[in-house]
Amino acid sequence: MVWLDLLLNALAAGILLGGFYAAVSLGIALAFGLLDIVNIAHPVFVMLGSYVAYGMNARFGFDPILTGLLFTPVFYALGVLLYRVYYVSFERKGAESLRGLVFFFGVLFIVEVSLLLAFGVDYRMVEARYIGETFQIGPVGIAFRLLVPCVVGVALTGALYLFLSRTFYGRAIQAVAQDSFALRLMGANPFRVKGIAFGLAIATAALAGALLIMIGPVEPAMNREYIGRVFAVAVLGGMGSIGGTLVAAIIVGVAESLTSTFYGPSWGVAVSFGVLLLALAVRPSGLFGR
Amino acid sequence: MRRNRSRTRAWAVVSLLIGALFASSAWPGAASAADPIKIGFGMALTGGLAANGKAALIAMQLWEADVNKKGGLLGRPVQLVYYDDQTKGATVPGIYTKLLDVDKVHFVVSGYGTNLIAPAMPIVMERKLVFPALFGLANNEKHNYSGYFQIMPAGPRPAIDWTGTYLEVAARQTPKPQTLALVGADAEYPHNALAGIRENAKRLGFKVVYDSTYPPNTVDFTPIVRVIKAQNPDVVFVASYPPDSAGMVLAAHEVGLQPKMFGGGMVGLQFAALLTKLGPKLNGIVNYDFWVPEPTLKFSGIEDFLKRYQAQAEKAGVDPLGHYLPPWAYAYLQVLGQAIEGTKSLDQQKVADYVRTQEHDTIVGKVKFGANGEWATSRVLQVQFQGIETTDIAQFHKAGKRVVVWPEQYKSGKLIYPYSSAMK
Amino acid sequence: MGARSFGAVALAVVVAGLAVTRVLDNQYYYFAGYVVLQYVVLATAWNILGGYTGYVNFGTPAFFALGAYTAVVLIQSLKAPLAIQLVAGAIISGLLGLALGYLTLRLRGVFFSIATLALAVVLQTMFINWEYTGGARGITLVRPASAPLFGNYVQFLFVVMLGLAVLAVATAWWIERSWIGRGLTAIRDNEEAAECMGVPTLRLKLVATTVSGVLMGLAGAPFPYYVTFVEPTSVFDLNYAVNSLAMPMIGGSTTWIGPVIGAVLLGTAQQIATVTISSALNLLLVGLILVAFVILAPEGIVGLVQRLARRSGERTRRSGV
Repeated sequence: MVWLDLLLNALAAGILLGGFYAAVSLGIALAFGLLDIVNIAHPVFVMLGSYVAYGMNARFGFDPILTGLLFTPVFYALGVLLYRVYYVSFERKGAESLRGLVFFFGVLFIVEVSLLLAFGVDYRMVEARYIGETFQIGPVGIAFRLLVPCVVGVALTGALYLFLSRTFYGRAIQAVAQDSFALRLMGANPFRVKGIAFGLAIATAALAGALLIMIGPVEPAMNREYIGRVFAVAVLGGMGSIGGTLVAAIIVGVAESLTSTFYGPSWGVAVSFGVLLLALAVRPSGLFGR
Repeated sequence: MRRNRSRTRAWAVVSLLIGALFASSAWPGAASAADPIKIGFGMALTGGLAANGKAALIAMQLWEADVNKKGGLLGRPVQLVYYDDQTKGATVPGIYTKLLDVDKVHFVVSGYGTNLIAPAMPIVMERKLVFPALFGLANNEKHNYSGYFQIMPAGPRPAIDWTGTYLEVAARQTPKPQTLALVGADAEYPHNALAGIRENAKRLGFKVVYDSTYPPNTVDFTPIVRVIKAQNPDVVFVASYPPDSAGMVLAAHEVGLQPKMFGGGMVGLQFAALLTKLGPKLNGIVNYDFWVPEPTLKFSGIEDFLKRYQAQAEKAGVDPLGHYLPPWAYAYLQVLGQAIEGTKSLDQQKVADYVRTQEHDTIVGKVKFGANGEWATSRVLQVQFQGIETTDIAQFHKAGKRVVVWPEQYKSGKLIYPYSSAMK
Repeated sequence: MGARSFGAVALAVVVAGLAVTRVLDNQYYYFAGYVVLQYVVLATAWNILGGYTGYVNFGTPAFFALGAYTAVVLIQSLKAPLAIQLVAGAIISGLLGLALGYLTLRLRGVFFSIATLALAVVLQTMFINWEYTGGARGITLVRPASAPLFGNYVQFLFVVMLGLAVLAVATAWWIERSWIGRGLTAIRDNEEAAECMGVPTLRLKLVATTVSGVLMGLAGAPFPYYVTFVEPTSVFDLNYAVNSLAMPMIGGSTTWIGPVIGAVLLGTAQQIATVTISSALNLLLVGLILVAFVILAPEGIVGLVQRLARRSGERTRRSGV
């Protein structure tokens, strides 16, 4: 009976965690999966989102989610701007992804240090009424601290999915990933479309950051721990498949949570990367690859 | 036109490069007039330990200012020479040889933390230097070097004495708790602490029912806490770093983990950042500490020191309380300063002998080192969080919230046992 | 550069290094120089796979750490001398490289890069949990006080690393010139086309990944004695991945000299910054240099110089007419 309880709880915890991982990884799925931009700096923008949430929470008592939503347009603009730099410097000259990669490493350092200089190196947390509260469904306990990120993550996934499949620009983004020449023939400007997509990718970081700081304390260098994870999720999800990203995130979350429940937490993260390696070896295009 | 742009760009690169090299090399070491006594060290000012490293640096600079205000040491001013070790052990050998061979410092002291002390040891030993160290856990175990002095009051057998007290407290309760769950992060300090607690568990007759570690980048701690809860241990010992300490405390509340004693080796529950966010959730936790503002620990000079530290901390973005590391960073320099004054000498051997044989009066109390350079007797405190009702920072400046329950000598209140009755 | 003059320069570098140890007693320069040379090896090794073949390896820390931990095991079990540590580190890391080579059968482009990243994480977890090499706690190693012929062990380590750097650069130089290099370039430009034209792509890729692995392992093997304290987070540092990728980018990734220039410049700048700008600005500097370089000088310093030379050549020709 205890065993069954643990299993159910581990599954629940894994799914909750997965929802959060989805939120953090969506930006990568968009930028890397659809646009082929290896934005290794994405987690540092998530970090930026965390610190914005912290700042608004500490100064004005704003709820982190509210801050996340409020700052989405700002992050969107930041993303569009960043894409413009990227386009002018690299893509226009023949899509040199390797140099783009180095560029984003540089961006990573710059943002990280800026956070360091602005907020100091101390750990930061936020306050919200629901942090620390739990409710029970049968034997399964659900913490709001993890439920809220999961719900927001799933909602974000849903919103992006709808946007990409139902709107003109959404479909254009999907098209640009496949054939930007054909898109041009349709009368849409690939540069503009990609700018929108990259803006959206960075915009998700505003919310994801708010979720991150809700779960636990953050410090600027923490972004590096997420680099591997988010790319793992995006690749496992099949590169740019939004639904696939959510499924992959949940698989990673559940794998981590099950390992740490039944085998020992020490191997949790390694298992999710093991899953990735295996998936890559067997089915390189990911679970839901095109 | 095209040619011009390309050339402009080339020049931009060249000047950038020159500028970068210039900016990094043309930083002149502040020349001082009266031939100062230079004390060199590397400190974690960026990277994982920077939060503490920066706080320590503030404390050390306060010591420098204090000494110079009083006329320096041996009539000479004191000057700190320090570099950022970036919390990377690989930078440490370069930094210490630079300090010794290029900057010609008279003394070196360690940076913060075991991993950053270790790479400096061979250099220090080769040259037979006195080496005051800041918060290293068992760094001298393999070397047994006579010039090494470590200021953290872990005691002569650091890993064992550090964690032993937590179980001692538990063992004294009636009925005596029987089972113990251990959990900690996959990192240097937690693994050492866990090794120590396993020995203590054997000694004090506890049965270990859960013993596991988790990777430092773990996000969700509820699965771990749930497994611990399923084992229903009497005592839970956690050896964690700040982000996971917060994660553990939150998860324990969410899952409803209520052993008879909870805590032990959680780093971070000494800092304002976590104290003011976890607030009432801390009630009942028993955790190690080195100094808390309880009446039993009012050593002379500490309050004045903290006031001046706190004035600077906010601005620097480091721990605004400064109870954990800063007093010790001040104290290890005090020890060195007193030894220089006491021997009237800059001779490494003489100073080392003085440090080893004398008792030193510092802002953290009287310090006496044992044979291996650790404190002759352990002064690790076990404190219990009691009566915290808000997340306000002011309460942590005052006594009564972090009550010392061990050792007897510094006890400032009674342990509320079991954990559940202290949680309210 | 012809074989003879390359050999002469290489020899001169080694002799100069040896001569320095006779004259200069200041240990700092050996410690600092060691780090720069270590980056010459890592950057050159990375470039054989990344620059010549076009497979971006994020897993430099994995190979470096494997070399270092092989040395730790040998020190722990046999007190083996450095030479044996080097050979063993090279072999073990080379085997990992070989395995990685087979991975390229299935994985191209960024997928390959992500796989190398995952590889590093899995390997790090293994070493965290392996108590024999200190586990997460790390392990203290007592460095021999002196080495035969050198007196000071640190000087010895410096010369060893200098030798390894020359070896690495010579290997890259030789590969670039041989049919292997041409084959690798063909793979970089278009793998399918190369395959069709009868280039033995798999064999060539295996050579590239193995050689790259061997060299990275060599760079890692002396590290335990350099730092005397080895723990997983420091040997699996992301910085090794970033630097070994950024240095060839800054220097120029198509020739053997590019990584050397990049490693010497960036490595030295970082060393100097460490002991001067004691703050976060150090990291900011690296970020700004990276961004500025990839935008302003996409072909690296080598490309920049070539372009300038070409330009001035054109001008001379023009003015000559």
